[in-house]
Amino acid sequence: MSNSGRPLSPHLSIYRWPITMVLSILHRMTGVAMSIGLIVFAAWLMQTAAGPEAHLRFNYMMSGTVGKLLLIGWSCAFFFHAANGVRHLVWDTGRGFDKRQADRSAWFVIAFSVAVTAAFWWAAL
Amino acid sequence: MSLRTPLGRVLGLGSAKNGTDHWWAQRVSAVALIFLGGWFGYSLVRLESQTYLDVIRFIGQPLNAVLLALLSLTLAYHSYLGVQVVIEDYVHTPGTKVVSLLLSRFAHVFVAIAAVYAILIIGIG
Repeated sequence: MSNSGRPLSPHLSIYRWPITMVLSILHRMTGVAMSIGLIVFAAWLMQTAAGPEAHLRFNYMMSGTVGKLLLIGWSCAFFFHAANGVRHLVWDTGRGFDKRQADRSAWFVIAFSVAVTAAFWWAAL
Repeated sequence: MSLRTPLGRVLGLGSAKNGTDHWWAQRVSAVALIFLGGWFGYSLVRLESQTYLDVIRFIGQPLNAVLLALLSLTLAYHSYLGVQVVIEDYVHTPGTKVVSLLLSRFAHVFVAIAAVYAILIIGIG
């Protein structure tokens, strides 16, 4: 920073994070995480197109602890990003900006994404 | 007296040099992804197993192949739009910024083409 010594406005670190702030950055983080996941998604299709052995190799790679954790993480990221995305779409109509409403929809999105992730893996396995 | 040029006033885009196109494209692809992503999640749960034959049989159905290709393209598009904003927000060095945006665009187009090509191979083959 070239302007050291000059007064600064309060930075992120001094705030007690309200839940809406947590969800805001989580939306971006889950988005970027899924952008990386998109490569694995395409690899899944490519390896399947390449034949049974390549497909098996892909499945084997993703069946380890790390692979499973990644898949659970990406599925949770998807459900979170989708639910919070709908929250954003509602905001786009000009509704839901009231502080209490925004807090409530934030907690709803968290509960929803955890519940749906659990239900998804329960149903899939 | 306004210091803006007549051309600048006509374009009406301000310092962002951009209109609402990006924002709107992000919303349209988001709405599409609610449906396509929901369908994909449901299909994964419904899939007998992740074995080669079951996956091939699933993608072999024409409607599944079309929806999967749409999902891949829309995911890549939505992901590109999102990553673009992240880069624009955090990368400020002009050279690095342009290179990052270029690399992101190349990577997204590559992933989209790879996914669609794989689906075609599986569907036709």
